[in-house]
Amino acid sequence: MVGYFEAGYIKARYLRDVLLFVCLVLPLASHADQFSDAVTTLNADSFTEKEQAIYALVALGDERSTPVLKAMLEGKLHYARESGELLYEREENRETVYETVFGGEPFVVESRRDASKIRTNNNLRRQLRTAIAGLELGSEAVEVRLKAARNLVNNSSEDLTQTIRDAMAIEDDKKVQEYLSTALALVDINSSDHELRLSSIERLGNSLESEALAALMPLVRADDDGNFAEENQDIRDAAALAIKKIEGKLAFYGTVENVFFGLSLGSVLLLAAVGLAITFGVMGVINMAHGEMIMLGAYTTYVVQLLMPNLIEASLIVAIPAAFLVAGAMGVLIERLVIRHLYGRPLETLLATFGISLILQQAVRSIFTPLNRQVITPDWMSGSFEINGALSLTFNRFYIIWFSLLVVIALVWLTRQTFFGLQMRAVTQNRAMANSMGIRSGWVDAMTFGLGSGIAGIAGVALSQLTNVGPNLGQAYIIDSFMVVVFGGVGNLFGTVFAAMSLGVVNKFLEPFAGAVLGKIIVLVFIILFIQWRPRGMFALKGRAAED
Amino acid sequence: MHTYSSPIRKLLKNDVAGQRLFWILLAAAVVVPVCNLLVPRESMFHISGYMVALLGKYLCFALLALALDLIWGFCGILSLGHGAFFALGGYGMGMYLMRQIGERGVYGHPELPDFMVFLNYEKLPWFWYGFDSFPFAMLMVMLIPGVLAFAFGWLAFRSRVTGVYFSIITQALTYALMLAFFRNDMGFGGNNGLTDFKDILGFKLQSAGTRNALFLASIAFLMLGYWLCRKITVSKLGRVLLAIRDAESRTRFIGYRVENFKLFVFVISAVLAGIAGALYVPQVGIINPGEFSPINSIEIVIWVAIGGRGTLYGAVVGAVLVNYAKTWFTGAFPEVWLFMLGALFVISTLYLPQGVVGVIAHWKRNRADKAARSGSAARQELSTEGPQS
Repeated sequence: MVGYFEAGYIKARYLRDVLLFVCLVLPLASHADQFSDAVTTLNADSFTEKEQAIYALVALGDERSTPVLKAMLEGKLHYARESGELLYEREENRETVYETVFGGEPFVVESRRDASKIRTNNNLRRQLRTAIAGLELGSEAVEVRLKAARNLVNNSSEDLTQTIRDAMAIEDDKKVQEYLSTALALVDINSSDHELRLSSIERLGNSLESEALAALMPLVRADDDGNFAEENQDIRDAAALAIKKIEGKLAFYGTVENVFFGLSLGSVLLLAAVGLAITFGVMGVINMAHGEMIMLGAYTTYVVQLLMPNLIEASLIVAIPAAFLVAGAMGVLIERLVIRHLYGRPLETLLATFGISLILQQAVRSIFTPLNRQVITPDWMSGSFEINGALSLTFNRFYIIWFSLLVVIALVWLTRQTFFGLQMRAVTQNRAMANSMGIRSGWVDAMTFGLGSGIAGIAGVALSQLTNVGPNLGQAYIIDSFMVVVFGGVGNLFGTVFAAMSLGVVNKFLEPFAGAVLGKIIVLVFIILFIQWRPRGMFALKGRAAED
Repeated sequence: MHTYSSPIRKLLKNDVAGQRLFWILLAAAVVVPVCNLLVPRESMFHISGYMVALLGKYLCFALLALALDLIWGFCGILSLGHGAFFALGGYGMGMYLMRQIGERGVYGHPELPDFMVFLNYEKLPWFWYGFDSFPFAMLMVMLIPGVLAFAFGWLAFRSRVTGVYFSIITQALTYALMLAFFRNDMGFGGNNGLTDFKDILGFKLQSAGTRNALFLASIAFLMLGYWLCRKITVSKLGRVLLAIRDAESRTRFIGYRVENFKLFVFVISAVLAGIAGALYVPQVGIINPGEFSPINSIEIVIWVAIGGRGTLYGAVVGAVLVNYAKTWFTGAFPEVWLFMLGALFVISTLYLPQGVVGVIAHWKRNRADKAARSGSAARQELSTEGPQS
């Protein structure tokens, strides 16, 4: 808004004087009245008066004028025939409804004639655009300015150059500056000044907005006869250079984004598989009900959110320990009731736990219905880091990566640094010896299995934020989890991390040219072949520990 | 029981249970068509066409269970992907049946099946060539599962992928195939699979005669499959297989090429599964990628486990029993079936390591022992020793 003043628009100055005069003459008139007066004047008879009203609003710099001006620009500003009151037009359930500009009360219209559109012409619309841009760019809030600047990139026009230049002069936010500069360059590229064109092309070469590329492309395009639309050789060369630069950057950021997506997918795999790495890798128990532990964790999240509907923001924090306890307790129960009797018979364990998985699935289906349940994503999980026009990283993926690494670190700490971890490793390495040293191996087994299941439950909390929570949630992950553990090498946490991350990234890189399903098939076939080559996984344990 | 030496007795020497099974199957081969075709509809002895198809389906499953029992019960290879071979055989038959529809499809195209017209195929994909010929299709029904099993087994057994690892990668195999067949551009009808079949070898699929013929064919192939498995398991080769099951490393060290034995029996089993699939498809009238789903494969394992692993007739009994229970439960209490199935898994592994036939044999032996009143302790000891995984 300030920029608008310094623009040196004669009319604006004149208006300021007028306003000043008004203010002097009517010292008691409040600011609000000036605003409403100016808004009411938008409904003047002549276009000149309307124009002046726009200037007046700009001069006031009141943020409330932005919606009014926008509505007017879109032809959604009306006035009541009877009272002359200003009205917004809105669509509601496919019907046109009106509400008053001041007060926002609904205004019932008997017939279409009761409300008339405030008419605009080309010149006025231009003024409106300028005024809105100026108002928004002059806003106190950085977000509003950023949004306005982005908007300018999308629809820049020559009328706005002055406004942009003025805003740039006083803008201190770097990102807004960048957008404004791009917007300006998008206009300048069509100017008649040769130097200005060259410099704007160079500036566009640094931008990652799709509009920059779209503006540059016509400059290097030739028609069928080989004649270039752009006559100047220098401009063409500069444009070609800029395009190359942009495309190089886009390719780079595309790769970065793919790696990031791959890592987040890998983290999901890791969370799903790390519990299995304990039950399968450390204990040698094939737990086909592992996926259902994940499912239990996800449903626990759902129940926690049901129990604390007013504290959704904190629900995930509560759900993590809750899911650990629920799934862990279920794990201990399964171990004590079934698996305990089947140690040393892996194929029987596989079948029995598969049966348990069917029972758990059906139980959840009976309790929660077979329909997917809605788990709410807290606000702090949604949104994204906007790095630049080509790269934005969503928060939920970001959190998942960190969370999975945190879980792995906690697990490593638990197995390496605590007494329980020591007992666990002792039982794994030599059960008879551990027993004779006074370790209750049965208890350790139950706790280890509970730990693995509990971590699967935690994975369920994370997955509830990414996929649908339904009875089949676990099934989708069980085969993938086994693939990760087997690929990484059984009994090796580091191998599991490596396998999950590399499979995630490979999957994401295959997706663009193979499609999601075919990519997955390729990965599966790859692992099947890989196991033939290294039957004990990527990082197989060597020496005595590798013996069956 | 039989005073004269029947051909069945000669066929299955020293296999009383197998002989009984054959008699039952032969009886069914007479009774079911007679009760379906000749007994009037009002009579209580009438068997409906639906029942004939259902029984035929059970017989296909029994053959499939037999195939799995051959490798799991007698060689210790637990395949969680046997449904894949079954489904591939089924798709082979389905492709033949699709080609038989000809111009009678919804779109009336002389060559392309409906789904291909729908998906804008220009011409028949190369892998559909030849499937209009019944002998070629039947060859493929055996060849495709066989070749896949050979390639897969050759890789896996040679690199000594055993036990649980083998189970998991076979599961991954069937999962990958399921994902692949779900894709529309694979050329196998995608999600909907192959259906709307009209006739087989010129006979209408819906007619009662064809249905009974298919039922008889299922019985014939089940008997053939049983006889083949029996021959294999009682031969010297079968002895080696048992040795591999119980002590693989020792067998290898004695000098047997374990991987070759495993590969042989795995391929035989896959071919049997393919045949079962080919018999199954015309009787149910549809084949879709759901047949590849890992849970189907794992259900086969439970038929064998319930029936009695390591006994051929046990596999047949298990397949029929569990499937009959499934039909009944999904009809009467659909939501209870999964609980039941899950409980069956747990109970059979915990309490019935030798399945239903094991329990019966145990009970019989106990009675015999009581009658003899001598050496009962030692023999009981023997009887509880089941095949270890």
